[in-house]
Amino acid sequence: MQIVSQVREPLVTGGKTYKDITEDICKPVEAKPNKSWLVAVTASIITLAAGGYFMGDMLWNGIGKWGLNKTVQWAWDITNFVWWVGIGHAGTLISAVLLLFRQKWRTSINRAAEAMTIFAVICAALWPVVHMGRPWLGAYWALPLPNTFGSLWVNFNSPLLWDVFAISTYFSVSLVFWFIGLIPDFATIRDRAKTKVSRLVYGMLSFGFDGSAKTWMHYESVSLILAGLSTPLVLSVHTIVSFDFATSVIPGWHTTIFPPYFVAGAIFSGFAMVLTLMLITRYVYNLQHYITLEHIELMNIIITVTGSIVGIAYITEFFIAWYSGVPYEQYAFINRMTGPYWWAYWSMMTCNVISPQLFYIKKIRTNIMMTFILSVIVNIGMWFERFVIIVTSLHRDYLPSSWVYFSPTIHDIMCYVFSFGLFFTLFFMFAKFFPVINMAEVKAVLKDSDSKVYKGRVTIPNNVVPDEDKVLT
Amino acid sequence: MEIVAQNIDEKFSFSPKLKKQVFIIGIVGIILSIIGILVMNFGGHHGHEAGHVAEHAMAEHHGSADWVKRLFANLWINNLFFTGLSIIGVFFFAVQYVANAGWSVILLRVISSFGRFLPIAGVLMLVVFFFASHDLFHWTHDYLYDEAHPEYDPIIAGKAPFLNTPFYLTRMIAFFTVWSIFAFVLRKNALSEDANGGTKYYRRLVRISVGFLIFFGVSSSISAWDWIMSIDTHWFSTMFGWYVFASWFVSGLAGITLLVVLLKDWGYLKPVTENHLHDLGKFVFAFSIFWTYIWFSQFLLIYYANIPEETVYFWERLKSDYYSKFIFVNLFLNFFFPFLGLMTRDAKRKITFLKIVCVVVLIGHWLDFYLMVTPGTLKELGGLGFLEIGLPMVYLSAFAYVVLSGLSKVALIPKNHPMLEESLYHHT
Repeated sequence: MQIVSQVREPLVTGGKTYKDITEDICKPVEAKPNKSWLVAVTASIITLAAGGYFMGDMLWNGIGKWGLNKTVQWAWDITNFVWWVGIGHAGTLISAVLLLFRQKWRTSINRAAEAMTIFAVICAALWPVVHMGRPWLGAYWALPLPNTFGSLWVNFNSPLLWDVFAISTYFSVSLVFWFIGLIPDFATIRDRAKTKVSRLVYGMLSFGFDGSAKTWMHYESVSLILAGLSTPLVLSVHTIVSFDFATSVIPGWHTTIFPPYFVAGAIFSGFAMVLTLMLITRYVYNLQHYITLEHIELMNIIITVTGSIVGIAYITEFFIAWYSGVPYEQYAFINRMTGPYWWAYWSMMTCNVISPQLFYIKKIRTNIMMTFILSVIVNIGMWFERFVIIVTSLHRDYLPSSWVYFSPTIHDIMCYVFSFGLFFTLFFMFAKFFPVINMAEVKAVLKDSDSKVYKGRVTIPNNVVPDEDKVLT
Repeated sequence: MEIVAQNIDEKFSFSPKLKKQVFIIGIVGIILSIIGILVMNFGGHHGHEAGHVAEHAMAEHHGSADWVKRLFANLWINNLFFTGLSIIGVFFFAVQYVANAGWSVILLRVISSFGRFLPIAGVLMLVVFFFASHDLFHWTHDYLYDEAHPEYDPIIAGKAPFLNTPFYLTRMIAFFTVWSIFAFVLRKNALSEDANGGTKYYRRLVRISVGFLIFFGVSSSISAWDWIMSIDTHWFSTMFGWYVFASWFVSGLAGITLLVVLLKDWGYLKPVTENHLHDLGKFVFAFSIFWTYIWFSQFLLIYYANIPEETVYFWERLKSDYYSKFIFVNLFLNFFFPFLGLMTRDAKRKITFLKIVCVVVLIGHWLDFYLMVTPGTLKELGGLGFLEIGLPMVYLSAFAYVVLSGLSKVALIPKNHPMLEESLYHHT
């Protein structure tokens, strides 16, 4: 028997029934594409094509099309890579870690978050591949495969190689996890399908799911096993990404706090991206009763916690650089703040550390417009964080004669735009053809936490709230 | 599962028999410590202390005799360890509120009772620092900052704005005062909830907990730099604050689990079932892995980059004839043992397993602090003898006395907590 305390807010509002859930979630999948979707997809594909032109040009002519130079050999490419990988953390965190912590509110957001994760990891994987210059060769040179080039093996000591393993493992497990979760919902759509084609396609996708007790048992045990597997994986991915920098001896890169701090930053940006996408999806598909203010508030709280952890890490790095007494370290950090890239540093600080602190105010973290704006700001800040770490640490070499300023070219910018085009095209395809909310799991929590109204929110008038649940201000 | 009427009006009585047992631990501890000190003074040099005489000459200008230094170092290790157990009681309590956790409600009194030792831990810390600062902390010597002095140390002198005794003491006093006030206010509100009911106190506790967590987030790292990292004054690592926190957290969880299990053994906490133990076991399991993650990340990055001013910390430990074995013992006790011991679902649900693993984890993390403090303070003169066994027993006895007598003053189960029912019918 499961008892749910009165102080908990309902997870589904509007007094929904099981049938309502099926109807509400399946409708967008079954209906003809509407205008706003067509406009959105067209815009994404145009972005993809425009960026693709420059990406193709870069691949044809070489990395020299980017603004890299002999001092700053890594700039937007790796910044984009780390940024996308970071975003790709939230989905698995929501579905795996929150599952282990029995956070039931994850049920309405896990599907879309996992989809986002997979697309973000694809966008991330793009960068090391195109950075190889000749990806048609590099794609297999990066793997430790026996080859005909003599004893030419990958460098097993390099964290860059560990990254290849970590990210491909993470991607595979996330994909399986996501797909397993989709199977019962595909079966629902299959059973409702009116045309032969959709019955065939969703029938194949649902792997013959029959909804028997035994099948559900299998489904649940597989979910739990995959959650257990994904949890160390999700932590390992950004840990190893941080090793790419921290194992080096570059001041500003080599600092021991990097692994947990990168993981916290990844969760931070991932949740921000989930919010950005979910707020739009919620609005377009009328999902206000499934993705409630409670969900938004809880995600905002996670953003505040992880943002504060990142803030503490910044301050720690800064303090220890001074405390260490190492002149190179001290210079690297002072230069970040006051050097030629001061604007990047202060953008990062404002967006990542100061702005999420606004969420301590309940009025702000339950305000949808503010949440949307801040979620975008957080992702801007997290892009700047990687840019600051990578470029400001590199542009002051040990030899002052090599000191340079990095400026992006149109190819840098448009290749980044290309990854946006890819991401949004994939996401809109998902949003049209797949159920955006996990119907089966929402139904599982419906009985315990269904309600017509919120209970103790300051966002609704206190007079409709029972006495014992009134929020004291 | 059917609803059964559960008796939630439990009260723990700190029986004379139990008090006697607690005192006996303390007395045995004192005797062992005295034997340890006597052994150090009159012969009984162990193998690794052969180089003692030669080292002694070098350490001469630091004043105190070796046995005094070793006593101070041990006092400091135990201060750190028991402060950690205590502050984690407050931290974990606050986390339950901020995370809206329902399962743990019937354990909240046990968790918060750990915080009662904080004021005492603070006084002990201050007193030991007052007597032992020069023996424990190299940076407290004035001549290091005097350019005319032959032992002037420009690196340490550079740290003077942070590492100076007045500021250091201010931080120490401020942290303990604020932590203790938070512990007191949280406890007081929880007790008012018992008396008056309603959700007002619950919501207030959530807000106070947020305040505590913000303060603790910053102060726990700074205290780790102050109390431990500054022993190896030249050395620095940005991870160190979180490393100490990880060690504190998992010891606190093991301590809480152990006390819950013991209370069940003594016939209390009847509503606590295997399901609650399972969750506690998961916490000990998960955060043992977390500690290992932090330990390994710090080690790997320092090892890989191989920068002398950073590797010195592990050099002192891994290249020492005496300390190197403890690195491996540390990893065995704090990672492999809880990892394998609590791997299965059944192990986490059985009292015997939890008792064994939690005791091992507590000993393991005591050793972790031993390994953080000893090489920097005693150099190669560190030892593991009667004193190192006796003194933790003295601290344990004092800690147990404070915690248990605190626990006996309150109801064991917060009967008006709005999530109580969730906890009573919790199952995993």
